[in-house]
Amino acid sequence: MNDFTYHAPTSLDDAVAALRGDGGAKLIAGGHSLLPVMKLNLAAPSALVSLAGVPGLGDIADGGDSVTVGAMCSHAQVAGSAVVQARIPALAAMADGIGDAQVRNAGTIGGSVAHNDPAADYPAACVALGATIVTDRREVHADDFFQGMFATALADDEVVTAVRFPVPGRAAYAKFANPASKYAVAGVMVADGPAGVRVAVTGASGDGVFRVAEMEAALGASFSGEAVAGVAVSSDGMLSDTAAGADYRAHLVTVMAKRAVEACG
Amino acid sequence: MSANGSGIGASVKRKEDTRFLTGRGRYTDDINLPGQLYGYILRSPVAHANIGGIDTSAAAAAPGVHAIFTGSDMEGVGGIPTGWLIHSKDGEPMVEPGHPALALGKVRYVGDCVAIVVAETSEQAKSAANLIEVDYQELPAVASIEAAEADGAAQVFDEAPGNVCYDWEVGDRAATDAAFEEATHVVSIDVVNNRLIPNAIEPRAAIANYDPATGDYTLYTTSQNPHLIRLLLGAFVLGLPEHKLRIVAPDVGGGFGSKIPHYAEEAILTWTAGQLGRPVKWTCERIDAFKSDTHGRDHISTARLALDADGKFLGLHVSTKANLGAYLSTFATCVPTYLYGILFAGPYTTPAVYCEVKSFFTNTVPVDALRGAGRPEATYLLERLVEKAAVELGMDRVEIRRKNFIREFPYQTPVALQYDQGDYDATLDLALKASDWAGFEARRAESAARGKCRGIGISTFIEACGIAPSAVVGSLGARAGLYESGSVRVHPTGSVSVFTGTHSHGQGHETTFAQIVSDMLGVDFEAVDVVHGDSAKIPFGMGTYGSRSLAVGGTAIYLAVEKVIEKGKKIAAHLLEASAEDIEFENGSFTVAGTDRSKSLGEVALTAYVPHNYPAGLEPGLEETAFYDPLNFTFPAGTHVAEVEVDPETGEVEVVAVTGADDVGRIINPMIVDGQLHGGLAHGIGQALLEECLYQDDGQLQTGSYLDYTMPRAADLPSFNINHNTTLCTHNPLGVKGVGEVGSIGVPPAVINAVIDALRPLGVNDMAMPATSQRVWQAIQQAQG
Ligand SMILES: Cc1cc2nc3c(=O)[nH]c(=O)nc-3n(C[C@H](O)[C@H](O)[C@H](O)COP(=O)(O)OP(=O)(O)OC[C@H]3O[C@@H](n4cnc5c(N)ncnc54)[C@H](O)[C@@H]3O)c2cc1C
Repeated sequence: MNDFTYHAPTSLDDAVAALRGDGGAKLIAGGHSLLPVMKLNLAAPSALVSLAGVPGLGDIADGGDSVTVGAMCSHAQVAGSAVVQARIPALAAMADGIGDAQVRNAGTIGGSVAHNDPAADYPAACVALGATIVTDRREVHADDFFQGMFATALADDEVVTAVRFPVPGRAAYAKFANPASKYAVAGVMVADGPAGVRVAVTGASGDGVFRVAEMEAALGASFSGEAVAGVAVSSDGMLSDTAAGADYRAHLVTVMAKRAVEACG
Repeated sequence: MSANGSGIGASVKRKEDTRFLTGRGRYTDDINLPGQLYGYILRSPVAHANIGGIDTSAAAAAPGVHAIFTGSDMEGVGGIPTGWLIHSKDGEPMVEPGHPALALGKVRYVGDCVAIVVAETSEQAKSAANLIEVDYQELPAVASIEAAEADGAAQVFDEAPGNVCYDWEVGDRAATDAAFEEATHVVSIDVVNNRLIPNAIEPRAAIANYDPATGDYTLYTTSQNPHLIRLLLGAFVLGLPEHKLRIVAPDVGGGFGSKIPHYAEEAILTWTAGQLGRPVKWTCERIDAFKSDTHGRDHISTARLALDADGKFLGLHVSTKANLGAYLSTFATCVPTYLYGILFAGPYTTPAVYCEVKSFFTNTVPVDALRGAGRPEATYLLERLVEKAAVELGMDRVEIRRKNFIREFPYQTPVALQYDQGDYDATLDLALKASDWAGFEARRAESAARGKCRGIGISTFIEACGIAPSAVVGSLGARAGLYESGSVRVHPTGSVSVFTGTHSHGQGHETTFAQIVSDMLGVDFEAVDVVHGDSAKIPFGMGTYGSRSLAVGGTAIYLAVEKVIEKGKKIAAHLLEASAEDIEFENGSFTVAGTDRSKSLGEVALTAYVPHNYPAGLEPGLEETAFYDPLNFTFPAGTHVAEVEVDPETGEVEVVAVTGADDVGRIINPMIVDGQLHGGLAHGIGQALLEECLYQDDGQLQTGSYLDYTMPRAADLPSFNINHNTTLCTHNPLGVKGVGEVGSIGVPPAVINAVIDALRPLGVNDMAMPATSQRVWQAIQQAQG
């Protein structure tokens, strides 16, 4: 790991200023995606700007028809939140299935969406639920936010401050985890909400989170596991690694979609 | 032997756990020496290349750097030796190429040591190493057995044509062929024993020091066998006499075989400390551990079993190809031969057995012993084959085994071993009962109702532990004896220090050995301390592996205690004005037989050190040493039953129950024994379902971190149902056999047999390890066409 400067701003403005002051600076939240790549010398930021001391990023608020989760909320906090459990239980359950206890205690929702790992869970939840990513300067709908593997709509000096989730009528997440890393091999969030039925898939595609229009249409007609069980997704463009080849991933997407629908009750 | 509260047979809590659980263990990386520098080992990023040149100038100018050494600097230093000479079928010795500690002219695997950078801090050393420019002129690589034996394959060593190290055999080929002539049935199988990465929780580390005032070298290292390292490093590599080389293996956080070998880094560090006259410390990062700790297993085999009309085994023929990696690690050559081929009688009376093993060099990490070492490979093959025979002949899987069990002991197998004792029916019966084998069909139906495929699998096995009689292994090519030493020092006030040549890195020797001594001498368990791991403190020792510590090391301690008691009797006789023959020793007291006149051990010990009133001609002091060379291997045996549930939609396998019925000989500490079984079972289930080291064709390690290499976790395992039936080993005084490897030997075939049993209704008849969800799903797809 290379030497770097460490900034501990106590306001959002100072955090943004620190980023602007150093082109090689990066934000650090839970560090559970950033530090591993730094240790491998795959990233070598000249400065780290910690969000730990910036106030107001750690709250979960019930907005009636939506739940807003602060960017610095850990996965464990989301999983254990009475508000999330009551309003969007699928989101709490999804957060509870991220990595392991250590990861859930350190990793944050802001870091997860900003990093947009193609195997991360939150992108599927954000897209399926039609979430809005709130930053220090604007609001971006999830559909526009995630732009392919590790790519997002964020500017270099932009800070995610919260994610706002509309409360769905029903939703569930089914994940097939990589046995080694516990990241998603195929994670499917199905939501039946204000924007209609949405099926969002993570872990499977090299382009990151995607929606399955055919499944959404099938569920629109009949919201049942059977409706999606016969909908195959193409293995073209699917990720392939030692745990799961493209064909197997494509198959798992269908199985997980069916299970998510069934779990919606 | 008396049973006191902490003696033999008591589940005493482990002495060592107080320091381990409170973070006070002292591991190699916890040790810091005044003036120490830090070494970083630069490793080859390519599997096979000529080194055109190495430019260290930028690195040498980097901040904090003291020295950089490469292969040419160490050219005069001896290579890393191997410990076992194997002869091929034709009588020729194996090909034994040199293994320079730092690569010389060529690199042969990703991870091969290329240079050491020594700096003020470890970060400086690592950063500087990134500035070294090595001109790798890449060569084609062979990363698997198939690639190594292919026509026109790249050569790992010029002197090993076809990449063959040896082509070995054991057993009577003609008799085995004859058995197949007579056979009514012949069942054959092809199996792969998957390559594993050991992953001890403590990465390797070392600190070397050279004292110019005395000329003494000290190496602290994460080893399972410090004296063996001293022998190999001192005598073979650096040419240092034993009295000038001290090896300390302090607390060591797991080994599983990967800390047996003498590694290049130990030689590099010690030599470098000598060059610089300052201590040099090195701690392996996890990412480097994956590509530099020796790997395990990696066999491809084909085997045939000849049976008569009734299902009696007539003959077994095994052909195995083994991957040894890029260099011959310390025990690499004996693992697929003398720890493998001689196991093929298993618990069965098969009269004719033949096994041939061809071993190959490849451009991969050297392969060496890993928990079970050879015996899991043999057991897996045999128990898969026996199960397959039952299915093909339409016989009951339990009955086919029972029909072929050995019941008369001692039993001479056709492959060299002589089993002294065992009761295979007893452990089988126990396992069937404890696992409710008879009730399985109801459980299968219950799973089916939930859409799951349930299967049950069994394995009945023996293992050979307690390696080993020195004369026997010597005649088979071992370059060391495999006896053990034990010293027992009774201090003047009656507390006891025990010195053992074995090494504890998780096994709990400090407790088990203290229980034996406490029991035999009648002293408080707390008053006995066990010392191990330091060549300056221990008389000698061959270390810990092959489940030998109790059977061999424990016996040496037992014999030393007997000597102490004998001497104590002479002292007591003098004090009691009796004849030594009339003195009896029990519960810590020397008593004149038939009287109540006695002296305690404490009184006798004090007299031994304050010999004012003392037998003429007897040496003062109360300290004895025994060296014990075992008379035979020990033969733990048992039955393991695994029950799995497969999700046919995803291919996921869940192990829902594991039952063990084991005969490990006399049990000193039941809690430690069960702990060893649990660990071994976790290891075995890991191999069966999760763990697989994969290389790309170009020799890049694909599973080089925990992102891709799956270790078993608690959530992957059921609660184990452990049962014991004990027969005593007949040739050591404690009657002990060994337990450390049982789980990893016995359970993998039980798990795979269970997976196949679960999937057979879907048309699946074979399954490779690890039975990952993808592999299971693919097998189902294929079977369903
Ligand atoms: C062993 C392991 C297993 C894991 N398993 C899973 C899993 O199953 N599912 C899953 O989804 N994830 C998994 N993760 C990833 C984990 O959830 C990460 O913590 C998370 O994805 C990133 O959050 P973080 O707070 O750690 O971000 P960091 O690592 O601190 O940052 C990640 C990136 O986001 C940027 N960033 C951070 N916060 C913000 C912000 N507020 N605004 C803008 N940019 C920001 C950083 O600059 C950096 O580029 C795993 C991680 C590990 C180590």
